[in-house]
Amino acid sequence: MMKLVTMMSDLMIPLIFVGIITYGLLQRVNVLESFFKGALKGVKVVFDIFPTFLSLVVAVGVFQASGALQVLTGLLQPVGEAIHMPSPLIPIAMTKFISSSASTGLVLQLFKDYGPDSLEGIMTSIMIGSTETILYTMSVYFSAAKVEKTRYTLPGAIISNLAGIGASVMIAHWMMN
Amino acid sequence: MLNKIWAGMILLAVITAAFTGNMSALGTQFISSSEEAVSIILTLLGVVALWTGLMEIAEDSGLMKKLTRGMRPVLRWLFPDIPDGHPAGQHISANFVANLFGLGWAATPPGLLAMESLSDLNRHSKTASNAMCTFMVVNMSSLQLIPINMIAYRSQYGSANPSMIVAPALIATIFSTVVAVIAAKLMEKYWP
Repeated sequence: MMKLVTMMSDLMIPLIFVGIITYGLLQRVNVLESFFKGALKGVKVVFDIFPTFLSLVVAVGVFQASGALQVLTGLLQPVGEAIHMPSPLIPIAMTKFISSSASTGLVLQLFKDYGPDSLEGIMTSIMIGSTETILYTMSVYFSAAKVEKTRYTLPGAIISNLAGIGASVMIAHWMMN
Repeated sequence: MLNKIWAGMILLAVITAAFTGNMSALGTQFISSSEEAVSIILTLLGVVALWTGLMEIAEDSGLMKKLTRGMRPVLRWLFPDIPDGHPAGQHISANFVANLFGLGWAATPPGLLAMESLSDLNRHSKTASNAMCTFMVVNMSSLQLIPINMIAYRSQYGSANPSMIVAPALIATIFSTVVAVIAAKLMEKYWP
């Protein structure tokens, strides 16, 4: 099972390339010319989002380095305990909203401390997949659309991510009992 | 909104650093974060350009249209404002499919292109359209079939059964996406 899963994910990217290029050749498309045209569009998109991206990476970086993230996590501790979430998971859930690489670091640390098959480990494994780095995704995507008023996006995303966290807590408790 | 969050994060960071005595670390962090942003964006530049180049081939050969035809009923229901066959629909489909298979690197480029196309439909307004908000909310509910990275980390840290979380994770991610769709559909009606 595990082998099949990893094999499939290894094959996925090469297959996408082969599939698209072969189909293009069969349809008599000048594939290289199309590629150049498309790649240039991509370069423009990335250049456009750079200022937003820079602002965000700096804000997240200093927010973490100053210890403000830990303070915020401490404030949310009672909320986490109220829904039966083990305390080492609370910083992970918090961090995941802001930065994917930082939360991955915390997940690996938790695996080291508690083991991936403990209640904490299982709950984290489930939770990470149903949460998203909202701040990063929203900033970058909306800067591509040059939108300032994001209306119900943030509340909607927070609701769905909290639902994912709640479901993970319940499922993990249920699995381990 | 993001405006205030961003300013708030920086101000809070400086205030916290004043209390915790991390001020000198904070100064260097500003510089090292900006360097980090450049190195990430350079990686992103390569990946995005590679992907959009490849997608252009799929576009020119008609493959993209074929693939997104299957998604049409879903798109029509989620985004009634997007005309059939509009590029926005194709980019959104590609973004959803990439997310579904856990190909994070492949999800961002079509996601950004989708937002640009939606902006065209929205006459480049500074206020997000219903389609944009709903797309973002559903996208950030991060529906994923197999959390391949997590399985890899679990096995790396000596799990007896790394893939035992596949089914429970699927239930949790489906649940959060269902909640996202319901929330978006409700708010799109009542949000000014």
